[in-house]
Amino acid sequence: MRHQSILRIVSKLLIPYILLFALYVQFHGDYGPGGGFQAGVIFAAAFILYGLVFGLEPARRAAPPALIERTAALGVLLYTGVGVVAMLRGGAFLEYGALEHDAVHGQHHGILLVEAGVGITVASVMILIFFAFAGRGQRR
Amino acid sequence: MGRGQRGSVIEQLIVIALLALLVATAFTVVRLRSLFATAMLTGIYSFLGASWMLLLDAPDVAFTEAAVGAGISTVLILATLSLTTREERPTPFRPLPLLVVLATGAALLYATLDMPHYGDPGAPAHLHVAPEYIADAVPTAGGEVVHVGIENVVTTVLASYRGYDTLGETTVILTAGIGVLLLLRRRNGRTGTRG
Repeated sequence: MRHQSILRIVSKLLIPYILLFALYVQFHGDYGPGGGFQAGVIFAAAFILYGLVFGLEPARRAAPPALIERTAALGVLLYTGVGVVAMLRGGAFLEYGALEHDAVHGQHHGILLVEAGVGITVASVMILIFFAFAGRGQRR
Repeated sequence: MGRGQRGSVIEQLIVIALLALLVATAFTVVRLRSLFATAMLTGIYSFLGASWMLLLDAPDVAFTEAAVGAGISTVLILATLSLTTREERPTPFRPLPLLVVLATGAALLYATLDMPHYGDPGAPAHLHVAPEYIADAVPTAGGEVVHVGIENVVTTVLASYRGYDTLGETTVILTAGIGVLLLLRRRNGRTGTRG
């Protein structure tokens, strides 16, 4: 797809807004539809679109697989970390109310962090799976 | 979403049209031999399903269906197609699988007769824990302590009340990713060292 100028320019215009929309879905999940899972998929879709239009190597430079592998685990670590911190503060595992003095604030922050963990893991895994699939076709 | 229990006539017509399109797409997917067209049609199927779920007031599910079903899976199926052929091999007609599918479908249809109607406030699913979740989500006027106090009840249920489940789901996704990497990358490395 070296000379598809319309595709290249349109996706160049779209990708920043896809990323922005993913962040909106991520952080607006408290009020509207959406949350970590949907946001992660949309975030990954931006990278996949980039990989489809501009080729796999530029996409691998934009999202280095070595880094993405680590962030995939980091998301789950963040999620469990919130649970462990709640335990250290005298609550049960994942009892967000124990995170802060005010239980409602604790719930808000706990859910925000946990959703961030879900989003990071989902986005990373989706990008990794795309790289793995697309990489196979490239080598043959 | 400020709508009546049953919804308007137009909405019902839209639902019927969407369901008819879903059935038509499913039959076309089964009949077609071209795998490329089939991949595209499964994406369309997901989009139709997402529209239908939106009409059922489930925007979170519709969102996921549109992003995963129509977006990511279509890309992955297409990536897989580039590794195989574009035409499905013709299979001989066998009556037994058709019979099994018809019998299971009939049983499922029969089972739906026992299910509560859509939007029925007396349905068991609406009487168990849901009222408590909804009461918790709405801040009280007197400023009493509420458990969660987040407006999107779906987010509250997923992240807070069912925090364990969501942690499990996230771990499943990570495990799936690791599995794909282990399966696909090792061979990649081998061919890389050879070439």
